[in-house]
Amino acid sequence: MRSDLFLLVCLIVGAAIFGAAFALGNDYYFFAGYVVLQYVVLSTAWNILGGYCGYVNFGSAAFFALGAYSTVAMYKLAPLPIPVLVIIGGIVSGIVGLCMGYLTLRLRGAFFAIATLALAVVLQTFVVNWGFVGGSRGAYIIRPEAIWPFGAYIRYLFLIMMLLAIGAITVARLIERSRLGYGFATIRDDELAAEASGVPTLRLKLIATTISGALMGMAGAPFPYYIGFLQPSSAFGLDYAVNSIAMPLIGGTTSWVGPLIGAILLGSLQQIATVTISSAVNLLIVGLLLVGFVIVAPNGIIGLVHKYIQHRPVGGVGRRRVEADATGHVP
Amino acid sequence: MTAAAAELLAVDNLGKRFGGFVALDNISLSVRRGERVGLIGPNGSGKSTLVNCICGTLQNEAGSVTFDGHPLNGASAHQRTRRGLSRTFQLPRPFASLSLADNLRIPLVYTVASRGARQSGQAIEGRCVELLREVGLDAKAKNLPRDLTQVEMRKLELARAMAAEPKLLIADESMAGLTHSEVEEILALLMRLNAQGVTIILIEHIMRAVMSFSQRLVVLVSGRKIADGDPNVVVRDPEVERAYLGQ
Repeated sequence: MRSDLFLLVCLIVGAAIFGAAFALGNDYYFFAGYVVLQYVVLSTAWNILGGYCGYVNFGSAAFFALGAYSTVAMYKLAPLPIPVLVIIGGIVSGIVGLCMGYLTLRLRGAFFAIATLALAVVLQTFVVNWGFVGGSRGAYIIRPEAIWPFGAYIRYLFLIMMLLAIGAITVARLIERSRLGYGFATIRDDELAAEASGVPTLRLKLIATTISGALMGMAGAPFPYYIGFLQPSSAFGLDYAVNSIAMPLIGGTTSWVGPLIGAILLGSLQQIATVTISSAVNLLIVGLLLVGFVIVAPNGIIGLVHKYIQHRPVGGVGRRRVEADATGHVP
Repeated sequence: MTAAAAELLAVDNLGKRFGGFVALDNISLSVRRGERVGLIGPNGSGKSTLVNCICGTLQNEAGSVTFDGHPLNGASAHQRTRRGLSRTFQLPRPFASLSLADNLRIPLVYTVASRGARQSGQAIEGRCVELLREVGLDAKAKNLPRDLTQVEMRKLELARAMAAEPKLLIADESMAGLTHSEVEEILALLMRLNAQGVTIILIEHIMRAVMSFSQRLVVLVSGRKIADGDPNVVVRDPEVERAYLGQ
């Protein structure tokens, strides 16, 4: 499918989801949907560096928080419309992503992962001690009750996150099918061979960290308006780091579809668990699912589907055989 | 053609250490355009380190590498590939998640395109198939490298190096572990490539292959070059005999 057509389909699906939530007439769906969409952006962003290039980033929460805190800083300086704040959050996180990439991309594997984790710790310490954005006390963001023509402000936030999710998915799909995507795949497979084939690996990795960081920051920018009160422990929460890794791993990391499926599945499960059991079981669900998938389907849901397609006999023979078994006949 | 113009690769007093271990000790080497050079030496003699320093995978601590008139010191591996310096690896390193055709697409889109040659998607596709046909792998264009046999993997490695349209190809033990007939296949492939104007440095332990292929033979022992010249003369050199057979 052509990219413009893909974008159009995404927008139509997004409009349908927004319309459905609107028709249900309960703002809870917007609150819950916002979180799921936020995870779609985060997991898609993580997958650009982690899935396409094979560099595991444990610092997702840091980029998310950078976006959120750039909104808080701008709120204090000069309140701006949220779309502008999203762009600012993206720029700030993108620049930090680029710098982090330059400092750490000579590391590989566990060493790179630890360096990204260290970045999150350093940034959190910085924010905790930065009084202007509330420091350890936190900061209040007073959001308007309603906004024309959506009514409740959460609907507007939901729409922004929906557009961000569509944008992130479109970017990921574009990368996957481009020269850049091929370059990322060679970095994931064999960096030495990639260099020997003329791939400028360092430059490509910097592009990946910048895009990934920027998208995470964009996901974090509207967060202070969603939560109303932002403190370091909520912005740098473990949930973001764990979920943004677990969701692509469960969905599948080699394609843009994987993080989308993972985020919808895990994000929805967590929302259901929050209202039916307790919000405390969220990470337990993620952990159990992750362990299960690592054992049963290390390539995620997408990997399982590919495996099924490859092993399915031509002409649906497999299905007929199963039916025959079920009725007791010899296959 | 002047001597300088005829020289494609010039390695001057190259030195490389790993801690206290001297891997390369003042190596100098000159390769002319279109030449077929064999590079031999016992295990640990520094052959692969020399290749890695020439190709930019390792940075040399002393000396210089000049390729096609351009000094390469400090240039990254991908920049050297783009200048026309290709290599294969001792152990094949295919891009495991990409099909055979896509493995060849990488040097075409990243190296050939960087030289200003505009190619349509269809032309790139065509060139991939052409290269795969040349090494006898066109029927498996859509397969993944894991479906290949050992010799096919070596051929894919060579095809990927060829896709970068090199001026100089360094084949690092491309025949290791292959049967007699498979060695002949790879040799024929390298000869065809050389006939097309590509200069080749062959690193190999199979002496029969090296002797039939090389116009000139260079011998490394313990990081030092001990012989450089006509293959038939070099193999009778007492120092070379000592290095291979002992005192």
